[in-house]
Amino acid sequence: MKRIRFWGTRGSLPVALTASAVRKKIVMALRGASGKTFATDADAERYVEGLAFADAGTYGGHTSCVELETGGPEYVICDLGSGLRPFGNAALARHGPASPQTYHIFVSHVHWDHIMGLPFFAPAYIPGNRIFIYGSHSWLESALRRQQDAPSFPVDFSFLKADIQFQYLEPDQRHTVAGLSVTTMLQRHAGDSYGYRFEANGRSVIYTTDSEHKLDDPMETESYAAFFRGADVVIFDAMYSLADAVSVRADWGHSSNVVGVELCQLAGAKHLCLFHHEPSHSDQAIDAVLADTRRLEEITRTGQPLAISAAYDGMEIEL
Amino acid sequence: METSSRQFADVIVAVPVGRVDHHSAAALETALAPLIRTARTDKGVLVFDFAGIDYISSAGLRVLMVTAKELRAAGARIAVANLKPVVAEIFAISRFDRVLGVFPSVRLAIEQFSPAALAAFDAAQPTATQ
Repeated sequence: MKRIRFWGTRGSLPVALTASAVRKKIVMALRGASGKTFATDADAERYVEGLAFADAGTYGGHTSCVELETGGPEYVICDLGSGLRPFGNAALARHGPASPQTYHIFVSHVHWDHIMGLPFFAPAYIPGNRIFIYGSHSWLESALRRQQDAPSFPVDFSFLKADIQFQYLEPDQRHTVAGLSVTTMLQRHAGDSYGYRFEANGRSVIYTTDSEHKLDDPMETESYAAFFRGADVVIFDAMYSLADAVSVRADWGHSSNVVGVELCQLAGAKHLCLFHHEPSHSDQAIDAVLADTRRLEEITRTGQPLAISAAYDGMEIEL
Repeated sequence: METSSRQFADVIVAVPVGRVDHHSAAALETALAPLIRTARTDKGVLVFDFAGIDYISSAGLRVLMVTAKELRAAGARIAVANLKPVVAEIFAISRFDRVLGVFPSVRLAIEQFSPAALAAFDAAQPTATQ
């Protein structure tokens, strides 16, 4: 594996920046630029580089879709959220419609925000493309077909002219796909979800989203730590604060930044990437969660430092 | 980890000592069970003196949340006091400082809830000597 590329990082529902949020960013940038002059675009770029991420950029609003770049010719994707649409468009722009490609797509579960991108995945409509969709739910295929049934969507699944095949992955078993070792783990979420461990060439990536941790069973904690053991990157559902996750949003099926840090520390993982951001959170709010999480790691560190990032649409992590 | 307790009128002060992690949280939960029963029966207050807590994990914080739910359901109350700086930061980062009453000292916590308990607490303190 060479790198991770995020196409959709938001939880539950796609969101978009509002006009007032953009205006706020402009105001912050202008205030910071007071008294400065920019003779060239490069000068301006350097100034922008120094701004807080929430002022100069955005975490984005597409729902879950993550690409694992393996170094091989075939694409590997986690989840079919709305981020699948820009991924598909980028793949088409790169290869053109006349050059068939192979896509391996691993699905955590079939809740709406994790499958809604498929009807808008342009490569799925092009004959010659091969799409393998993997998961550990027996109802994976029926759920994807159903979302395109009338009257929910105007284009039936049968209009997808790529060669689409569904493949069941037995949980807790090691599978080999596109040169990757792939293992799935059952997670606590309404209707069940599955986490993925991908390994290749001495690198390992965990994709664990829509996963609630009840925190009342040390054995369960240890089993997650074992699944995460030594991972280079753990992409982790950090949708809620811990207080919310164990109180008003208990049994909603999600986790927190605090649990992410603890599990990664127990597992000796190297990099925790906060993912599946709460849709009501502004860029500033996610920035604050990131800063808090880094501080928590710092004050509770007992071994090697754990890198912390917050995923945004377009972010890449080199492996 | 060990947990002791003292009672001042309708306030129970629980004093856990050590680290509360995903292994030791169960011991804390077990130690709290009789204190919760008493506080529920009395519709009293359970105040945690965290002066001896060096670290608390999510599993430990969950125990506090479960305790808070049980107490509040019976009309009893909960507070936390004497947090060490690291533990105070964990409370802030986890947002537990927004859902549990956090006080700088046990005395201030008791003062918030019960004059009778405050009088008992003050009477129990050693008298200052010259």
